[in-house]
Amino acid sequence: MTVETFSGAERILEPSAGALLRRRVFGHAGFMIGAAIILAILAAALLAPWLAPHDPYAQDLTRRLVPPVWDAKGSWLDPLGTDQLGRDYLSRLLFGARISLLIGFSAALISGLIGTGLGLCAGYFGGRVDMVASFVVTTRLAMPVVLVALAVVALAGGSLHIVVAVLGLLLWDRFAVVTRAATHQVRQLDYVAAARATGCSTARIILAEILPNIMNALIVIATIEMANAILLDAALSFLGLGVQPPLPDWGLMVAEGKEYMFFSPWVIAIPGLALFTLVLAINLVGDGLRDLAAPENRN
Amino acid sequence: MIGEPILEVEGLDVVIPLLAGTLRPVRDLAFAVARGETFCIVGESGCGKSLTALALMNLLPRRARRSARRLRFAGTDLARLDERRMADLRGDRIAMIFQEPMTALNPAYTIGNQLEEAMLRHRRVSRAEARDRAIFLLEKVGITAASSRLRQYPHQLSGGLRQRVMIAMALMCGPELIIADEPTTALDVTIQAQILHLLAALQREFRMAVILITHDLGIVARVADRVAVMYAGQIVETGAVADIFARPMHPYTQGLLRCIPVPGRTRRGAHLGSIPGLVPSLMGELAGCGFRNRCVYASPPCAAGGIGLVPLSPQRAYRCLLPPRECAANAAAAAAP
Amino acid sequence: MLAFALKRLALALLVALTVSIVSFSLLRLSGDLAQALAGPSATAADVEAVRKAYGLDQPLWVQYLAWARQALHGDLGTSFFFKEPVAAMIAARLPVTMTLGVSALLFALLVALPLGILAALKPNSWVDRLALTLSVVGQALPSFWFALMLMILFGLKLRWLPISGTASWKSFVMPAIALGYYGMPTFMRLTRAGMMEVLASDYIRTARAKGLRAPAILLKHALRNAIVPVVAVAAVQLGFFLGGSIVIESVFALHGVGYLGWESISRADFPVVQAIVLVLALFYIVLTLLADLLNAFLDPRIRVG
Repeated sequence: MTVETFSGAERILEPSAGALLRRRVFGHAGFMIGAAIILAILAAALLAPWLAPHDPYAQDLTRRLVPPVWDAKGSWLDPLGTDQLGRDYLSRLLFGARISLLIGFSAALISGLIGTGLGLCAGYFGGRVDMVASFVVTTRLAMPVVLVALAVVALAGGSLHIVVAVLGLLLWDRFAVVTRAATHQVRQLDYVAAARATGCSTARIILAEILPNIMNALIVIATIEMANAILLDAALSFLGLGVQPPLPDWGLMVAEGKEYMFFSPWVIAIPGLALFTLVLAINLVGDGLRDLAAPENRN
Repeated sequence: MIGEPILEVEGLDVVIPLLAGTLRPVRDLAFAVARGETFCIVGESGCGKSLTALALMNLLPRRARRSARRLRFAGTDLARLDERRMADLRGDRIAMIFQEPMTALNPAYTIGNQLEEAMLRHRRVSRAEARDRAIFLLEKVGITAASSRLRQYPHQLSGGLRQRVMIAMALMCGPELIIADEPTTALDVTIQAQILHLLAALQREFRMAVILITHDLGIVARVADRVAVMYAGQIVETGAVADIFARPMHPYTQGLLRCIPVPGRTRRGAHLGSIPGLVPSLMGELAGCGFRNRCVYASPPCAAGGIGLVPLSPQRAYRCLLPPRECAANAAAAAAP
Repeated sequence: MLAFALKRLALALLVALTVSIVSFSLLRLSGDLAQALAGPSATAADVEAVRKAYGLDQPLWVQYLAWARQALHGDLGTSFFFKEPVAAMIAARLPVTMTLGVSALLFALLVALPLGILAALKPNSWVDRLALTLSVVGQALPSFWFALMLMILFGLKLRWLPISGTASWKSFVMPAIALGYYGMPTFMRLTRAGMMEVLASDYIRTARAKGLRAPAILLKHALRNAIVPVVAVAAVQLGFFLGGSIVIESVFALHGVGYLGWESISRADFPVVQAIVLVLALFYIVLTLLADLLNAFLDPRIRVG
């Protein structure tokens, strides 16, 4: 019976860890599609001033409710048609992408900071701190979010900053829950005990040991909350109590076009589709990240 | 064999197609079980004995494929039976007892519900009649206060009790054949003896055939009438239990028996036997003898072709290239102190 | 067991209390309530008059205690706009919201459960992929847009369903779909995962060995165990539906609690808003308690012995 020897040549020919990761990432259809869409929308948003055929705020009452270019009455002057005030839809769509992306990103960032901070404290210190933090999370979950957000924005004014602040202050619950659970788990591990034994300060342990290990989960949650923020902002604007006109917020565009939707359905179809596409892409990326980080969690 | 065969198996194969190749955990199995006899299939972990049991019942995992030249149960061709009719047989005329009593019962329903269900499925009886039968059998398997036990949930019973319930459940419709897959492996040693004793008694009383699958030669010695020794998916030796123990033919069987200390024969402080090497991969076709890389008597011819069963008498056979006289001599040498 | 229940109850009350304090403060601190009430064309004197009239010049905690004392007696205040008791207004609107919430839940479950079961039975089949696609698509659809699209298709083009009002049960079909679809992916995933896990368990193998046929195995043995987490989540999801129906109610002009909330916010009628927040929070709290109880009840290992 022979014993197989370990050939050095095979070791060199084995793909590196980086190459393996790249292969997995590029092989994940959902992730690639989502990432491609997001990059496209990001590019469109950044290049909006150059891509947009018209000024998104410029009204032309002689060209109201012109259908998109694929309709018989449409023209290439306004490829996606115009709204009830004659504003070019394509331009509004492009600039609206900026708003959605900005709100989504900022709200996710703020809620991420709040939620992660809360979760870290709860998970690391345990005991009373944990009890208080859990209580805070439960309270937040019990509140009807849309209603409260509406009320606050209505009172404080519908500026972009207020909307972002309100969304950020309301959407941190999932961050807190997941961070708490993950911190709790990581805290029990050996290298944390080792860090404490060598006298590392609490802050340092949290930042250097724990945070990097829960980053995976946090990024996935960030994509979820970003999508939520975008949808929630659209809902607020749709109800008239979010971002105020004449900003080309996609939700607002749906609200403004609602009256005309039966005769000019594209007025609400197009911004709605844009919202759907952006949120879908974000979700695909989030799901993809989760799959790539921990493939054993899939079916 | 004591009586006519109730189960005849010939050329049983189980094949599992995988990405890396084709796994063949059961190869060309052939054996027969008579009415009322205890037939043991013994072998180490991974030799394919559990899959054999599942193959007989057609309960294999989704991807596995079964094929057989002959698979007859009391005259019925099992290989050609559709799932519906097979399901009619299961639990009625052929019953199975599994290894893990802790997880074999549904935690959401009472013992009584699960016992009665076994009967209500196959017989046109009232719920009360099924309940009576359940109580009768629970008492038969040695569970006291049977009627109150019916209302209990599985988590309220110990492992030994649960296995008794499983045995009672298998008996609900009075099967002709019971397949028991390592029924005592997960239990305490003291309980093991009780359960085996119980099985033997029930078998005699209800005149059932039992196929007992185990890795424990001690159990084989205690309860078996006939034995089949399995290795790497194949039967390497078969015969009456006394015969196998007294005159093991196949080197693997000899090696197994060497591993057991025998009071009176094994010298104190002497090494217990062990079989060096590892079980071969079950991937792809097997050329030659599966045991050859661990066999002290192996020679070049052992690597070629398929090695058939050498019949010594109607119920005695072994699968080796060595002639019978040489095997017997090896067996005698091994048995000598 | 009793001590546990009492502790949960006390916690629930504390949460309700905190919610009321937080919302009370938020509503009064986010902006000038008096200004909002008086309207954009009011003078400074008008605003001051409004402030005094509604007691908005008092310190926050005084205002809150006054409100809380009344609330404990069941008096949720008087609407600024209608001069009617708020409690009565909410009670009148509650049936609509509850009908909507329950219908949405039923819709979500009716789609999710069969899909989840089928997907678990045949993993990676077309059913599985369909279910997964529906999930991904469902979670990306903006609810108000989906509602409008449904309106155009079923209300206008096909004329099968009414697009507003609460005339008959048909009025709730589209709103139920528009509200419930968002919860469908969660249920589907839970059912699928639960069923896959259960179907691989030993007691299912025992059931097959007993000769039971597919329907009995699936529905009696497998589903009973797989459904437990779904039931608990369903209770909580109902809480979310009740609290989040505001958008759907306004699109379909259903006069429920959510719609009332939106109108009241637009009218700066804050006693109503405050009361609605409290009522919806209470519903959520009760439903989460119910979810815990259901969890314990459905698992005999917790319930018995």
